[in-house]
Amino acid sequence: MFNYQTKLGQAEFSNPIFTASGCAGSGKELSQFFDISELGAIVTKSIMLKPRSGRATPRMAETPSGMLNSIGLQGPGIDLFLENDIPWLRDQGATIVVSIAGESVEDYAVLARKLRAVSGISALEVNISCPNVENRGQVFACHPTTARAAIEAVRRNIGGELPIIAKLTPDVTSIVEIAEEVVAAGADGLALINTVLGMVIDTNTMRPKLAGKTGGLSGPAIRPVAVRAIYQVHSALPHVKILGMGGVASGRDAFELILAGASAVSVGTATFGNPTAVMQIKEELKNELISHGFDSLQEAVGYAHRSEGNI
Amino acid sequence: MTSINKSASQVWAEIVSNKKVGAYHHMVFQVGELATHAKPGNFVAIAVGGSNSAMVLRRAFAIYRTFDRGVTGGLLEIVVAPHGAGSTWLTNQNPGFKVDLIAPLGTAFGIPTQPVRALLVGGGYGSAPLFGLSEVLKSRGCRVDMVLGASTAMKIYAPLDGKRSVSSLTIATEDGSTGITGKVTDVIPGIIEANSIDIIYSCGPMGMLEAINKISSEFGIMHQCAIEESMACGIGVCMTCVLPMKGEDGQIRMLRSCIDGPVVDGDNVVWGAKRVIPEGTWGAN
Repeated sequence: MFNYQTKLGQAEFSNPIFTASGCAGSGKELSQFFDISELGAIVTKSIMLKPRSGRATPRMAETPSGMLNSIGLQGPGIDLFLENDIPWLRDQGATIVVSIAGESVEDYAVLARKLRAVSGISALEVNISCPNVENRGQVFACHPTTARAAIEAVRRNIGGELPIIAKLTPDVTSIVEIAEEVVAAGADGLALINTVLGMVIDTNTMRPKLAGKTGGLSGPAIRPVAVRAIYQVHSALPHVKILGMGGVASGRDAFELILAGASAVSVGTATFGNPTAVMQIKEELKNELISHGFDSLQEAVGYAHRSEGNI
Repeated sequence: MTSINKSASQVWAEIVSNKKVGAYHHMVFQVGELATHAKPGNFVAIAVGGSNSAMVLRRAFAIYRTFDRGVTGGLLEIVVAPHGAGSTWLTNQNPGFKVDLIAPLGTAFGIPTQPVRALLVGGGYGSAPLFGLSEVLKSRGCRVDMVLGASTAMKIYAPLDGKRSVSSLTIATEDGSTGITGKVTDVIPGIIEANSIDIIYSCGPMGMLEAINKISSEFGIMHQCAIEESMACGIGVCMTCVLPMKGEDGQIRMLRSCIDGPVVDGDNVVWGAKRVIPEGTWGAN
């Protein structure tokens, strides 16, 4: 009997295929296409303290094997989210990972306090790496000190056993250095990777295509960056669980991230092209693991790190 | 459950026919049962490029019309302008080929409960969804006038059976290659007055819809328009196709044109807000 279960911190999941934050809303849109309780977890769109309009349009540009987005964390704010989305997700029997994003360390602290007593949440993804902010200096995960401060604020306020997964950007000199900081600050796991900062210039208008000028690049184009980041971090911190993401569009792709060191895999941009991608990938990854002779997902995690002498 | 995307399903749809009509392609797909759920104004999202394509996003097309021929034989038709790589790929596919298709998506044109005098205005291939709408309106006893506009004759989409479904058809081209020389907005006021129009339905580029809304506001008549925003997903999860819309409470919000549209009340749109978030928008930061 194949064992597909996985863990991130203390949280257990029936299977390792999750949605990616910002790519599945809070599940309502996708529930027409499949039963969202069958997901390893739904990772909800990063929620902020207050309602947020997001950035102006155009917000999107398709790129070779990917896309650039500049949504800017549009959302209803934590209070309406807790009132409307969490009860609905609980009613569906969904396994819930809530993603939060703040503009200040204090925001993260308040968000954690608002979430600590909420039942039915399996883990917290702390998005400290959204690229779509006015000031690049506001990307907490770009600096060890700010990354640490944001995660510490959540750790101090969340209480209890709720695992914290820190979402990092690959747009840094050393992602391992940032990973070590946030783990020291109390992160139980790491979400790798957020989108990669990019830009498209419209050659007809001869101006940046996106209203926000820059955007986050996602899709298969960034998969090698994700594999590299996961591999480096797993190598440095083998006991820290990784939720891998970045351009996963098939079971083969998910398997690649697992081999690099991910214990679970989020599917993001692939959902935009195919609402049932996440369910297909769940089946494909399982078949991929079985066909390579694994009896459990756990055996395959970080398998690419074994020494050359081993087969 | 939820009402979002509630009629939508994802199918492998075989291309039944693909014919070039002027600058466009008229394409027919075998979609089975989902054809029965489509209403004028709804759209379809089709994956392009084949497996392992570098084009990762679906392309959205307004549904031209559907035929319900029972459980296996439902047909769905669209009109495609091969502008970019994705739409060009689609128009290059032959009958017999199957595409990954999701439909019906989005809001539909509101149909009045009483017979009214309706003016349907289409820009370019934006005329496509108006013919199905025209048939529904006629079946409800409405008088339907139509105005179609484009830069040139090749870009007017007006099939013969579509023309028959309206009481009057006026065509305007900017180069004068067919119909009157000018824009649709040059002839709309005259038709509103001559035929005592109660409501305008429109589909086409945003600039045209905005200009029509100015006219409908001046005459104090309703205007329902199908907007065209670039979308990544078409099903409400990506948040890229948003546009500022006024709600019943007067509050402006960034709403998704795929879920809260594509058909919207023209008076609720905050026009001309490209590249800016209008002041006072909910959650503006």
